[in-house]
Amino acid sequence: MSEVLLITFIISLLLMSTANRISTYLNILVFQGFILFGITLFSLSEMNTVNLILILMETIIFKAIAVPVFLRTIIRRNHINREAEPSVSNFVSLIIITFIIVVSMMLSTQIKNPSLNKTVFVVSLSNIFTGLYFIVSRKKIITHVIGYLIIENGVFILSLAVGNEMPMMVNLGIMLDIFASVLILGIFFNKIGDVLNDPDVSQLQNLKD
Amino acid sequence: MSGIFLAGTFIIALLLFFNKNTFLNYLLVSLYVFLLGGFIGYEYLHLNQTENVFFKPDALSVLLLSVLGIVTLPAFYHAYRYMVTHDETPHSRGMFFGGMIVLISSICMAYTSNNMAVMWIFTELTTLSASILIYHHRNLRALEGVWKYVFVCSISISFIYIGILFLSLAMKDNGINTLNIDELMQNATQLNPFWLKLSFLFIFTGFTVKAGLVPMYSAGIDAKDKAPAPAGALFSSILMNMGFLGIYRMYAIVCKTEIQHWAAIVIMLSAILSLFVATVYMSHIKNIKRMFAYSSIEHMGIAMLGLATGGIGIYASILHIVLHTFIKPALFFQFNQIYRVYESKSIYDTGYYFKYNKAGAIVLLLGFISATAMPPSGLFVSEFLIFQSLFEKHNFIVLAMVIIMLTTIIWGFGSNMFKLLFTPPLYIDEKKIPKSNPWESLSQYILLGLAIYFAYTPPVLFVQYIEEAVKLI
Repeated sequence: MSEVLLITFIISLLLMSTANRISTYLNILVFQGFILFGITLFSLSEMNTVNLILILMETIIFKAIAVPVFLRTIIRRNHINREAEPSVSNFVSLIIITFIIVVSMMLSTQIKNPSLNKTVFVVSLSNIFTGLYFIVSRKKIITHVIGYLIIENGVFILSLAVGNEMPMMVNLGIMLDIFASVLILGIFFNKIGDVLNDPDVSQLQNLKD
Repeated sequence: MSGIFLAGTFIIALLLFFNKNTFLNYLLVSLYVFLLGGFIGYEYLHLNQTENVFFKPDALSVLLLSVLGIVTLPAFYHAYRYMVTHDETPHSRGMFFGGMIVLISSICMAYTSNNMAVMWIFTELTTLSASILIYHHRNLRALEGVWKYVFVCSISISFIYIGILFLSLAMKDNGINTLNIDELMQNATQLNPFWLKLSFLFIFTGFTVKAGLVPMYSAGIDAKDKAPAPAGALFSSILMNMGFLGIYRMYAIVCKTEIQHWAAIVIMLSAILSLFVATVYMSHIKNIKRMFAYSSIEHMGIAMLGLATGGIGIYASILHIVLHTFIKPALFFQFNQIYRVYESKSIYDTGYYFKYNKAGAIVLLLGFISATAMPPSGLFVSEFLIFQSLFEKHNFIVLAMVIIMLTTIIWGFGSNMFKLLFTPPLYIDEKKIPKSNPWESLSQYILLGLAIYFAYTPPVLFVQYIEEAVKLI
């Protein structure tokens, strides 16, 4: 079952590469949050119940509900243009992300380690690199944040690979999620609207030599 | 003690955030200085003893802690001077000191932690507290600096986390079930080399943001530029040491395995690229603060070069970062006085500093000599030893490249510095210049003097600690 969910997860990345509007990105993030809930439920079978409930709560409440809702509020309040405005065309993005997935698969065939689930490795690695690609290829600050959240989702899946042996690692991952999101979104993104009228990274390009 | 220290820091920082009274503010800060001193003394007396499961001060952490203690005192003094001369509101003053205290404490805890995961947590905390310091001025430029810093740091911290995950994959098959650094070093040969390689790559990349190396150096430059100079001094000394320590600990694990040679090449590559970046920017930079920041990148690159080369180079690299920790803050502390005279960071608006502030000008001259490692600078000793190790390993091409790049850096640094010190400025209203107090430069003389003292007549204990730290590798 978790294999099916993981493959759905990777398909959502391809969908994201062709999306035009920021709200589609957010919908996909919500979707990914729910898939993560399922994956956690199926793969962390050996973990003690209280901890498992904590992790499941985090995926649902934090990843699938709180962060997307918060981002939506920011978009509405700061009057951010709903277009994603990528600097490369969607077709090229689609090809690049496909390429990323293929490369991760080729990398995973190099691993001669029976203890690792290779699907998990491929999905998490392609998520991390897709997130990085999103950050590089999109212009708006908000799309950079979305790229960062995609990286976080990839890291979370990777942490599930060791979750049964070292539950502490998954908890640390949750800490990273909450910490970074609160730092980037909570404290900070509120301020951008106050100082900047149009949150576009092109206005944050003055510090250079 | 580490529990008491953390709790004390938390309480003092919280009180500072809410306090509006000037006297109480300074009282709290001095209380923290005593707490910090007590903590460092305690760790010194309890060398190599585990406390609270996760913390164990070894020789390297005690060495870096004592250096931190020495640099922190003048940093608080100059922060106080900064607050007085800029007429800060009580609220922003409280925020600044609170952020500084949390930053220093989390760096202390990262130094002493003996667990990869715990070290990672405190690295996260430094990002949080540093962002408060960078955003101190609350204008568009500060926002840009803090945005870039937070974003790049968050990505780097995720990278460290990925590296730790790979590390746990590396030990998954062998029944090692802890991220304790000592145990990892003992069982290093049993770790799966493939995962260990990936882990090293990610953890190294993650820590470069704090250490100021290629590929993640850029965020640190903006941070040191936009933060007030006393905070910039901390960023370019003790915070960079924390990044160095993270890389050092990971390298110490990798060194026990067959992939040591590969890891050394990775570090060497990053070191040479960092030196190259520093050379390119130093040769045409016109912003004084950013010039100091790029000089820090150069020195971290040299230290990494020594670490990668091995032999006497490892000793020299630790010596190098310790001495650099004394020299760079001295230059940053002097910057506030420069700014008070010219009210500009650009080298074009400055000149003839000898006329306006003699004591400060001599600090700059000595600082320039020290930072470019000309004798009698302390860095001369460590750089010489690093070159010697490169020579012994027959790395002549690297040696030649490094020497050419260092010469270019000295030229770029020198042309800016001499313009600042000796050439008359284009336009300056001399009536507006406030009278400078020579005693304000005293702390910088002491720091520069310490760098010379520790290099040429090192105390026995100092050498012994470095030698013990070298034994880790």
